[in-house]
Amino acid sequence: MIPELGHFALALAIAFALAQAVIPLWGAHRGDVRLMQAAPALALGQALALSVSFGCLIYASVMDDFTVLNVAENSHTLKPLLYKITGAWGSHEGSILFWCLILGLCGAAVALFSAPLPASLRARVLGVLALSAFGFELFTLIESNPFARIWPAPDNGRDMNPLLQDPGLAFHPPILYSGYVGMAIPFAFAIAALLEGRIDAAWGRWVRPWTLAAWCCLTGGIALGSWWSYYVLGWGGFWFWDPVENASLLPWLTATALLHSAIVVEKREALKIWTVLLAIGAFAFSLSGTFLVRSGILNSVHSFANDPARGVFILGLLGLLIGGSLLLFAIRAPLLGASGVFAAVSREGALVMNNILLCSITAVVLTGTMYPLFADLLLSQKISVGPPFYNATVLPLAAPVFVAMAVGPLMSWKRTALMPALLKLWWVALIAAIVGIVATFGMNALPALFMAAAAWMILGAFADIIERIRLFRIPLGSSLSRLVSLPLQAFGTTLGHAGLGVTVAGIAGMSMAVQEVVLVKPGATVHLAGYDWTLQELHDAAGPNYNARVATIAVRQDGRLITTLAPERRAFTTQTMTTTEAKIHTNLTRDLYAVLGEERDGAAVLRLHDNTMAPLIWLGALVMAAGGACSLADRRLRVAAPKRAAKSDAVLAGRT
Amino acid sequence: MNRRLLLAAPFGVALLGGGAFYAMLRGLQTGSFDPRGVPSQLIGKPLPEFQLPGFSRADVLAQKRPVIINFFASWCVPCVDEAPTLMALHQRGVPIWGIAYKDKPAATQGFLARHGNPFTNLASDEPGLVAIDWGVTGVPETYLIDAQGIVQWRFVGPLPDAAVDGLSKLVAS
Repeated sequence: MIPELGHFALALAIAFALAQAVIPLWGAHRGDVRLMQAAPALALGQALALSVSFGCLIYASVMDDFTVLNVAENSHTLKPLLYKITGAWGSHEGSILFWCLILGLCGAAVALFSAPLPASLRARVLGVLALSAFGFELFTLIESNPFARIWPAPDNGRDMNPLLQDPGLAFHPPILYSGYVGMAIPFAFAIAALLEGRIDAAWGRWVRPWTLAAWCCLTGGIALGSWWSYYVLGWGGFWFWDPVENASLLPWLTATALLHSAIVVEKREALKIWTVLLAIGAFAFSLSGTFLVRSGILNSVHSFANDPARGVFILGLLGLLIGGSLLLFAIRAPLLGASGVFAAVSREGALVMNNILLCSITAVVLTGTMYPLFADLLLSQKISVGPPFYNATVLPLAAPVFVAMAVGPLMSWKRTALMPALLKLWWVALIAAIVGIVATFGMNALPALFMAAAAWMILGAFADIIERIRLFRIPLGSSLSRLVSLPLQAFGTTLGHAGLGVTVAGIAGMSMAVQEVVLVKPGATVHLAGYDWTLQELHDAAGPNYNARVATIAVRQDGRLITTLAPERRAFTTQTMTTTEAKIHTNLTRDLYAVLGEERDGAAVLRLHDNTMAPLIWLGALVMAAGGACSLADRRLRVAAPKRAAKSDAVLAGRT
Repeated sequence: MNRRLLLAAPFGVALLGGGAFYAMLRGLQTGSFDPRGVPSQLIGKPLPEFQLPGFSRADVLAQKRPVIINFFASWCVPCVDEAPTLMALHQRGVPIWGIAYKDKPAATQGFLARHGNPFTNLASDEPGLVAIDWGVTGVPETYLIDAQGIVQWRFVGPLPDAAVDGLSKLVAS
């Protein structure tokens, strides 16, 4: 009964979405306020229906209802409760429904927080959101119904892929999806602006918080995915330039560019057409990522049970959404036209530079990801593009971004000179140079250079705040009072930029990581990276749906016990699959990392890593996301902003 | 005018990309595009010499027309999946020759009795040595040999239904 209820709720959501797409858009076209005002209630209805639908799926999973095909294929009575819940978004069908749910919730959020928006813009934004939601919900219902029944029901389910039974991965999809789907909101704003034929500063101010929120989630989601591959796959690496990783990096790069170009729209009413294109691009990349993963076109660890027929449906949907919006862009963008002027050397100029570089990196990553596919299609050649390509192309483009990141925020709007900004950074440059030189003692030239870049970025990020509070130039007390009155957005920028610096430091530091694969008997000791690793014993342990072999490794430094690591090898009974459970001891500057391999003649294969500075990689991403959240909390970005802006516009108008 | 052209460029790029992805998906369905596949070394080369209980290379060449050769086994689950597709090809008059890979003759006969026999000729490669010569990666695997005895095409895994039309046209021409 419950699955049918979920099925019905899904159908109901589609009806809501269709109404929410048609009525407000028609109303906005006709200028009919009553039709436009229907949008928020319909958006809430759609979100409610989707929540009920997804709730029913979770219920079926938790109750082990194996008459539901999706549950039978992905669950098992012995699966821990947490994974029964999170498993609801682990399968293809469930994850697509989850995708729809988040889109529905985004619509509800816009409906709730957009009351001050002009009526027609609000109606159009909600209408466009509903239009995309309608397509994806239709896809769920027709091509991948999570509530399909199976009869006779199997005695037990087939269980979930053991690699996915991990707390990190349980929360990776929701956060990543919120980022992907969140890009639908700037997209909807862009399409609404094209329909309106008008973009102003208020539009920029409205788009930015939504982009920022989605960007924070995307940053967190990517970092969580990378962390998962670091400690679950047990390879000790953190980024593999896997096509699916790239598919998440592309919207992130585009969204980062959008975040910066929207500032220019907000402050100077320039770069309007470009910003609209970026908003469409960020969402288009989010959608294409999903499509590529699910169609079976890309080779990856992330493959779902893929089916080309499903792929054709999604491709058609994407064709309509992306193609349609770009066609609209081609027709309507010329209307947006003329904008504020600025000199090449100015804050705006720096932001344009940021956009050019980020988009170049996007283009390079896109080329690397797509080239093998196109070479196979057009030239029938098998080519694989791997890390050497990306290192050779992305690093030269990333370097100027790193350099410019510290300078940009110190430049003033409209017209400025480069020298004063550079002079403010002399101490940063000095420290960065020292860091770089010191680093050459421990690592190669290239990582040392990036170490220096990291120092430059982190300190440079704080230079802006130090300038603003005039530290050491006015009494400390006045500096502190200036610090307190600084807008949160300033701290957001600083944290965002410094976070990237921290990540870069982590990546550069990883070049000093050492690892060793050893065959040791219990009682034996291995020396690695200044630590004594003693394999104390091996024993069997039973888990809820697996049997584990556990090694106990004591790590000592100069005879002092640092930590005891207990890596496991787990044999899952239902899926007849073995996974390795790496164990990591971290003190935030280095990871001691141990993996248990096969056993032979009473001896066990151990893989031991000393990953210097590795935690900084994810810590940096966390700082970046925190910067975004900080900026989001700024009063100026909040709901009342456009009203106040409208008032100040009126004041200005009165003055002229 | 230039500006309009520039603004239409993203649409053009999306159109091209969409077209290419459609071609890839179609290719996935018909078996002409396989991003996971490892290319066969045999493509474009003459059929390697072999002599099996059932038929030999000479028998294939003597046909003077294209032949499809399918490696299968009674113990292979995807082969059960593939059986209806092969039957459909057989009903269109496409000559399919089967090689039973590492399979007992009695088991092979049982399999053909259960799932239908689409094969014009049947050989048995019980030791699996011919499969090594051909570079077979698993069962089922399908090869298209042209009238001159050159290997033109190989497909790994169960043949998709969408491949039936294309193959019967190819073999007929």
